Amino acid sequence: MLKKLRRILTAGSVAMAVWATPLFAETQLRMTWYNDGIEGEVMRSLLDRFEAQNSDIRVTLDVVPYKSIMESLPVQLAAGDGPDIARVTDLGGLSKYYMDLRPHLSDAGYWEKSFGPFLKWLRQPGDTSAISGFMTQLTVTGPYVNKTLFEQAEVPMPGKGATWDDWAKASKQVADKLEIPIPMAWDRSGHRVSGPAIAMGAKMFDGSGEPALIDEGLKRMTQRLYDWHQQGIMAKELWGSVSGSAYLGANEDFTNAQVVMYMSGSWQIPQFANNIGDAFDWWAVPAPCGPAACTGMPGGAALVAMKDTKHPEEVAKLMDWLAQEENLAEFYGRTLFIPGHLGLAEKGVDFDTEDPRAKHALETFAGAVPGISQTAFDLQGYVYNRVMFNALISRLNEAIMGELTLDQAYERMEQDIQQQLAVKKRGS
Amino acid sequence: MNSELAEHSQFKDAETGQFNPKSLIIWPLSQLFRFLEWPMKRIQNLLGLGTMPYIFLLPNLCFFGLFVVLPLFVNFAFSLTGGTNLYLDERAFTGTEQYAFLLDCGNYADPLSCREDRFWKGLLNTAIFITLQLTFLVLFSLITALVLNKKIQARGFFRSVYFFPVLLSPVVVALIWKWILLRDGILNAWLVELSFDKILFFVSPAWAMFWAIFISIWAHMGFYTLIILAGLQAIPPDLYEAAEMDGTKQERIFWRITLPLLWPNLLVVIVLALIKGVQTFDEVFVLTGGGPGTATQFIVQYIYNTGFTNQIQNFGLAAAASVILGVVLFGLTMLQLAATRWKDNG
Repeated sequence: MLKKLRRILTAGSVAMAVWATPLFAETQLRMTWYNDGIEGEVMRSLLDRFEAQNSDIRVTLDVVPYKSIMESLPVQLAAGDGPDIARVTDLGGLSKYYMDLRPHLSDAGYWEKSFGPFLKWLRQPGDTSAISGFMTQLTVTGPYVNKTLFEQAEVPMPGKGATWDDWAKASKQVADKLEIPIPMAWDRSGHRVSGPAIAMGAKMFDGSGEPALIDEGLKRMTQRLYDWHQQGIMAKELWGSVSGSAYLGANEDFTNAQVVMYMSGSWQIPQFANNIGDAFDWWAVPAPCGPAACTGMPGGAALVAMKDTKHPEEVAKLMDWLAQEENLAEFYGRTLFIPGHLGLAEKGVDFDTEDPRAKHALETFAGAVPGISQTAFDLQGYVYNRVMFNALISRLNEAIMGELTLDQAYERMEQDIQQQLAVKKRGS
Repeated sequence: MNSELAEHSQFKDAETGQFNPKSLIIWPLSQLFRFLEWPMKRIQNLLGLGTMPYIFLLPNLCFFGLFVVLPLFVNFAFSLTGGTNLYLDERAFTGTEQYAFLLDCGNYADPLSCREDRFWKGLLNTAIFITLQLTFLVLFSLITALVLNKKIQARGFFRSVYFFPVLLSPVVVALIWKWILLRDGILNAWLVELSFDKILFFVSPAWAMFWAIFISIWAHMGFYTLIILAGLQAIPPDLYEAAEMDGTKQERIFWRITLPLLWPNLLVVIVLALIKGVQTFDEVFVLTGGGPGTATQFIVQYIYNTGFTNQIQNFGLAAAASVILGVVLFGLTMLQLAATRWKDNG
């Protein structure tokens, strides 16, 4: 009896050891991710292929809400408890947590050649060499219009070189004729306001490169936004219905044909292609002009490696594999994202869509890149740009809702920026 | 099975000699206590009988200390530091600078004259919310409890109905009401059906505050009604019988018997509702996001924004605001307790 029991135990132990050995040999990596559209599915399929080629590495894709990326991830990273890799949009703000992949890359030159101008967005001030990740998408802010509504209202769409005033007037005419509740909607985001403000002449920085948000250019744009809200061209419901710097998009209202013109950006293309389809003609239009430029804001999301990882070699191996041209071509093509890879941007990506509206939008936004103002690039590259964006949107909102005058709002914006930068200078 | 167990003496009823199912629970516990008897006796001999109550309280005190008292001290320590580092030992000591920043005001009645205007707006909004919410919450809970204490039809059903919202998560409550109140929500659909114009509830500061208070009362009233109902049921019926025999009017019975005897329960309700009201965050945050403008941005949301949503997370300032909030709350609670003692002492 005892002998039999001993045999069973021995056989069990051997079986357990055989089953468990690969588990212990595997390296588990965690990637924190958020979705705008279908990119999570596309990334998972690429990771499955990577795992098939590298049986000793397993990658868990943790899909979280965008809010978690903005609010929880920084705390996790500060506590040294972050993921190995993450998809982030606060590119420079989190740069102190990024790992430098360069020592682990076999061909760092490929990275520099393919992602050159974007690598510096991921670096800490003063760093000129770190390679921490690549752009999963390059974004450009700009407006969409509901072309069908313009046609139904028989209002001509403003053409190339049209100003924001032209578009505001035309959108209001369409909305009035067809009883559409919202003539024009902008994402509630300082980033979205900054492009048009630069078009109006905002400089954003002083001569020494320090933030200088308030100038005549910015005032020209914010005065318009204030007036449009009071005149009913923009709905107070969107910007006014929350406080502080909270982000709110009007994508659902636009999808439901409740908005004539919607200021957002290129990342909405997959969602509109999917959700609107051919219900109406949604059309991306070039960034309206101001006296200084016709520009949107560049931006995007990057996949970055984190320095607290316990598996730097494996992380670098995965990042290098994902960054290869053929893999990124598939990723950008299937997700309908504007490529953040210079080689692919030059060659062109075979976007996986037959939708003429999506194709037109991709062409419009990709075509807008050369026209982006240098000030917009500088602002995007500034590590603490969100401090400026948040001050801008929250105080402007308080003025729109009648809690502050515009002059008080400008004063508060400057104070907010100075106060937060002082906290940073105190020690980080 | 039962007959097998009944063969063992420990599972038998002492009087009847039959199997006692309760013994299945009692017996293992008695074994556990027997196991603990020896070490407890040793501790008692060592420390004396007077120390034993503290020994029994120790496990609970450990949890309380670890998860309540320690974070309080850590929070206070954070409020004396600056910078963005997460760990206390890496942060710069700033003394009372954060408090001075928060309290720097030209005129305390005008938030715009303060250096950190949002903190004061948050305090002001919280004060307005608490005053109205607490008043109506106690009033409606009392009325509901008085009605539910009467012999009405389907009393059990109505008691459940009033309690159901308490079981819902605050986020669910806020989302349900948000769907009702949106531009294309059910309420506006009814208004249009009745030939009224749509109302944009979340664009008007007054409406937003009204709904924040209304929903908070709707969600929490059941809990407080239950406490008051328990108090009503504890009032001896012979007092009412005697009053009726004397021909006392109903209003007089309410003011002279019900309310004085219910006062301890009402005090519990007031203190609990006040603390809960000051802590209000999730419901209102999901419902209005603090808007329109800053009309429903309460102090807890200010603390959350300062500590977490800004790009440069100011933990020190958020901690200082929490300490001030804690002190205010402590002061209010003490005031209420003092008022009750004064009332009790005549």
